[in-house]
Amino acid sequence: MKRLAALLALGASALLAFPLQAQTPRSGGELVFPVPSEPPSYDGHREETFGLIHPVAPFYNTLIRVDPNDKGGTTPYPSLAESWTISPDGKTYTFKLVKGVKFHDGSDMTSKDVKASYDKIVFPPPGVGSSRKGQYADVASIEAPDPHTVVIKLKEASASFLSSMSSPWNWIYKADILAKDPHWYEKNIMGTGPFTYVEHVKGSHMVGKKNPNYWDKGKPYLDGFRALFIRDSAANVSVIRGERAHIQFRGFSPAERDSLVAALGDKITVQESPWDCVLLVAINHEKKPFDDKRVRRALTLAIDRYQGSEALSKIAIVKAVAGVQVPGTPFATPPDQLAEVAGYWRDINKSRAEARRLLKEAGVPEGFQFTFTNRGIPMPYEPLGVWLIDQWRQIGLNVKQEVIEAAAYFGVIRKGEAQVFMDFQCGYIVEPDLDMYKFLSSDRNPANYGRYTDRVLDELYDKQGRATNPEERKRLIRAFEKRLLDEEAHYLITLQWHRIIPHSSKVKGWTVTPSHYLNNTLDTVWLTQ
Amino acid sequence: MLHYILKRVLLMIPTMLGVAVLIFLLLRVVPGDVVEARYMGSGSQFQSQELMLIERKKLGLDQPLWNQFADWMSGLARLDFGLSMWTGAPIIEEIKLRFELSLQLAIMATVVATLLAIPLGIIAALKQDTWVDYAVRVFSIAGLAMPSFWLGILMILGLLIVFKWLPPMVYTPFWVDPWENLAQLIWPALAIGYRYSAVATRMMRSAMLEVLREDYIRTARAKGLWLKLILVRHALKNAMLPVLTVIGLEFAFLMGGLVVTEQVFNLNGLGMLFVEGVTRRDYTLTQALVLIVAFVFIFVNFLVDIAYAWLDPRIRYR
Repeated sequence: MKRLAALLALGASALLAFPLQAQTPRSGGELVFPVPSEPPSYDGHREETFGLIHPVAPFYNTLIRVDPNDKGGTTPYPSLAESWTISPDGKTYTFKLVKGVKFHDGSDMTSKDVKASYDKIVFPPPGVGSSRKGQYADVASIEAPDPHTVVIKLKEASASFLSSMSSPWNWIYKADILAKDPHWYEKNIMGTGPFTYVEHVKGSHMVGKKNPNYWDKGKPYLDGFRALFIRDSAANVSVIRGERAHIQFRGFSPAERDSLVAALGDKITVQESPWDCVLLVAINHEKKPFDDKRVRRALTLAIDRYQGSEALSKIAIVKAVAGVQVPGTPFATPPDQLAEVAGYWRDINKSRAEARRLLKEAGVPEGFQFTFTNRGIPMPYEPLGVWLIDQWRQIGLNVKQEVIEAAAYFGVIRKGEAQVFMDFQCGYIVEPDLDMYKFLSSDRNPANYGRYTDRVLDELYDKQGRATNPEERKRLIRAFEKRLLDEEAHYLITLQWHRIIPHSSKVKGWTVTPSHYLNNTLDTVWLTQ
Repeated sequence: MLHYILKRVLLMIPTMLGVAVLIFLLLRVVPGDVVEARYMGSGSQFQSQELMLIERKKLGLDQPLWNQFADWMSGLARLDFGLSMWTGAPIIEEIKLRFELSLQLAIMATVVATLLAIPLGIIAALKQDTWVDYAVRVFSIAGLAMPSFWLGILMILGLLIVFKWLPPMVYTPFWVDPWENLAQLIWPALAIGYRYSAVATRMMRSAMLEVLREDYIRTARAKGLWLKLILVRHALKNAMLPVLTVIGLEFAFLMGGLVVTEQVFNLNGLGMLFVEGVTRRDYTLTQALVLIVAFVFIFVNFLVDIAYAWLDPRIRYR
């Protein structure tokens, strides 16, 4: 009896242990992934394209990063800084660095390197471009009091500072190199990351191999990676389908996902998430009748976002109905509250009746014609453009679409000639300070193409950015959202993009997040075979 | 003959100059520049005007047009195409990488096309209005009607579905691994070569028909010469003149015009580089590519003209 009990216990423990063993990372293998773009230069402080971050991020570390296991993609997590403290007034951040970190050239990484890297980002020397300087306008100073401590002082307390510091772009470069030539990293790669650079054949591929001296012992699990530069979306699907690549980190369309699942069955695992990218409808406030907020409100009230979500999510990379924050993230408005905002009402007939009433009140005649300017990119601009035009026709507006070639688009838009047009925003982390900056008065943000000034909105933005109490911040964000989308209807938010990553089931240790700029260090990724 | 060649070479200089001026001006007429393409299309929340000014200054885009043109021309005089505005790398390096692949593909497609077109065109002409002629005509019209990128997609899907195999997606030079190289390039060469052969077959057939009706062919037949000898020595040489023009023009086109086929097979060739240069408003790269492609066109036409002169002595003596 005792033997039987022992055998049963052994069997039970083996069964329990099996899933754990199955999830134990395996070392070895080369991860192959297509990248539908290519690095213009190698400098993360300067560039803004995922074409750089996907193949080059594995060569670097940042001071802190977003937790690689956080599907929401918002939780700051240690990286080169093993811990940090915030002073009671919220103005001083002290980061303690991991000891024993080495650059790929064998030299030690110290606080001097972190300071030099952040100085380049926040206070770039003359002639050096920094794409994210504006995000760190609150930084007063960056100090390195000892080799393993970095102190950053702010002019004002900031609710978003840690999130901004988790930026996947802020790679730590070597101070001595930057001192000699601040442009060196544009053409060279040398970091502290889990992989070391092997080669980049332009237009073809980039290769990295395991860094045997990586400071996070036991990682990375992969022997190396190979990024294939493949622009064409059909060819991206083909390499996954033909099992010549494991994963593509940007995303596929619903149809592409379905074709891969149909062809590969359980060899494919699909991860999905709302995507921190959104197409916006900008309304030029300098063009009549769009200077009248009743007309702008009518435009948003005409749109049936819920029905649009259901229909468009089958054919395009959009899905969730969203306000100014990605649904499901800490500061997003819950759906029942969002449904109170104009354009988000559940009763579309009531909404469109109100739109018609507003148009009539504003003196806009039935059949009023205007031009909607769209960007010449098929997915998802094209289906969303067609959908919007159809929605506006349902309140008696006659809309003509004008499509402008992608590269020329913003040059044309900036001139201020367009009436109503598609705008776009994409973030590396879901954070109100970043996501709402776009909507500030155009004298504060030239990328606000609506050409309006709204000091109330600006003030709400500033207040929420200083609110260190999350509940207070939420309240201010709701007020901002209500003013932006409903009371003034300055901008229209269409539907949140939806990120679909069908990848080889051999790939483990990678979690989809709302941003395609996150989770590309590849230190946690491993292959089952 | 030497005088003829010299005249053709000298004519190349004003042609190239005209192309240079035209492409320089045309590119700047199109709205947007490389800095806008780099920073405004990314959807980034913080677009810095200061950053854009720094980048424009770095690239010399803040200079007057005549100054930019003079800089470019002085570089060209030293055979220096300058740096790509997008990557900052020397243009010659960017092009060298892709030129090799495009040249190999163009040669392979030309071989496929020639091997198909010349015999098929001759047979169709000899067997005019028989089932053989009809079969060749259907084959060649199908080739004309089917875009090569579409045929390429069919090939890839066929290989994937039937053989569960996909051609390599990364280019390996022939001397590094001939098998891997051919495994990648044979498919696009077949897809392009087929369309290319269709044009040449039609041309070969009609030229051959015309030549076969000439008096000297009738005389040769009346003399009792072998048909094979008549074809090779008398008919083929004359019928080849228009076919050579088609082959030459197509070859030059293949060096930069295979955009969609290159995308389908993920070939890192000049066509893709061209599109990227234009969409990114990379003025320096696009200018260099246009000049190179123009040069290839002019040079191939020059070779065709010499071949004409060799095939038809009347041209030499004119």
